[in-house]
Amino acid sequence: MQHFSTDTIWEWLDAVPDPEIPVISVVDLGIVRNVRWDAGALVVTVTPTYSGCPATSVISMDIETALHDHGIGDVRIETSISPAWTTDWLSEKGRAKLEEFGIAPPQAAGGPERCPRCGSKAVEKVSQFGSTPCKAHWRCADCLEPFDYFKCI
Amino acid sequence: MNHDEAFQQFLLRMGDNTLILGHRVSEWCGHAPVLEEDIALANTALDLIGQTQMWLGLAGEVKGGKSADDLAFLRDAWDFRNVLLVEVPNGDFGRTLMRQFLFDAWHSIMLGRLMTSSDDRVAAIAAKASKEVTYHLERSGDTVVGLGDGTEESHARMQEALDYLWPYVGEMFISDEVDTTIVAAGIAPNPTDLRDEYYALVERILTLATLTIPESRFAHKGGRDGRMHTEHLGHLLTQMQWLQRAYPGASW
Repeated sequence: MQHFSTDTIWEWLDAVPDPEIPVISVVDLGIVRNVRWDAGALVVTVTPTYSGCPATSVISMDIETALHDHGIGDVRIETSISPAWTTDWLSEKGRAKLEEFGIAPPQAAGGPERCPRCGSKAVEKVSQFGSTPCKAHWRCADCLEPFDYFKCI
Repeated sequence: MNHDEAFQQFLLRMGDNTLILGHRVSEWCGHAPVLEEDIALANTALDLIGQTQMWLGLAGEVKGGKSADDLAFLRDAWDFRNVLLVEVPNGDFGRTLMRQFLFDAWHSIMLGRLMTSSDDRVAAIAAKASKEVTYHLERSGDTVVGLGDGTEESHARMQEALDYLWPYVGEMFISDEVDTTIVAAGIAPNPTDLRDEYYALVERILTLATLTIPESRFAHKGGRDGRMHTEHLGHLLTQMQWLQRAYPGASW
C-alpha cells in the first residue's frame, strides 16, 4: 500500500471538523499531537481538551473515518494526556474562525477581548461555564447579545 | 502494607472522590435554580467523571485487567474509598455549592502537589485535572462569597450548610498506613501536610463570605479507609449501578 507523507495526512486531518464547533478543524483545536507510520499502520495521537469531554470519542471516530475515506485501512488512534492540552495550541486560523463564527477566542487575561458580533469592549461574564466544557457564557453590554467565550486554560 | 496495594488504595481514593461527587453533582441536571447554574453544575460533574476515568483506569491497570467501568459499577459500598464529604446528599443549592467549595479547595491543593509525583502517570493525570479544578474552585469560591455575603436568607442557608458540612472536612487530612507507604515512595503528599494551606484558603474565602467557621474540630471519618460509609452511599450506588446490576455487561 502507498505510504502518504505525514504532511499530506496533516492536511487531510485539517479538513476534519470539530464535532461541536464545526467551523474549526481538529488540527486547529490542537488536539492532534502526532502522526506517524508504524509499519503499515498509521498512528494518530490525540489528546482530549477536557478529561470528560464527550466529543473526544466522536473525534477519534471522525479521524478514523476520514482516513479510511482516503484509502488508509489500518489506522490506530492513541490517546495521550501529557502534556495536558492548552488553548495555546489553538491555531491562528482557528482563532480567527472562532471569532467569525461568534465565539470569542481565548485570551490570557481570562476574558474575551471584545464582543465577537459588534466588537465592543464592554463585555460581562454571565457564567464561567457554557454550552460545552471548553466555553464560558458572556454578554455584550452594547449590542446586548449573549455569546460564547472559549475558556483559556 | 506492600507498595502495590497502597498505590491501588491511593488511586481508588482519588477516583472514588471524583466519581461519587461527580454523580452527586449530576443529580442537579435539569433541577438547578437557573439555566446557567444547571449548565455549570453539569459541566463540573462532567469534568469529575472524566477525571474518574483516568484515576480508576489506572487503578484497574494496577489491579490487573479491570476497567474503570468495572470498578465504578461492580463494587459495593464497603469497597469505596471516597471521603464522606462527597457522598452526603445535595440538600439545597447552598449546601451543594458549599460542599463543592470545601472539596475543590482540598482537591486543587492536592493536585498541585501530585503534579510533581514520582509516578509519571499520577503526575500526568494531576496536571490534566488541575486545570479543570482550578476553574471549579474559582467558581465555587465566587458562589460561596456571593451567597454568603448576599441576602439574609442566602446568608443563613450558607451558614447552615457550613455548620452541617464542617465535621466532614477533617477526614481529608487524616493519614494512615496507606499514606505512609505512598509518601515514602514519593507518589503523594502526606494528607496532614495539606491542612495549613487548606485552612488558610478556606478561611480567607469564608471570611469574604461573612460566614463563621464552627469551632468544633470533631471529624466524621471512615470513608477513605472504607471502614464505615454513611448510609447515603448505598442509596447513591443503587441508582448509579442499577443498569449494570440488572443487565450485566450491557453497553451502548
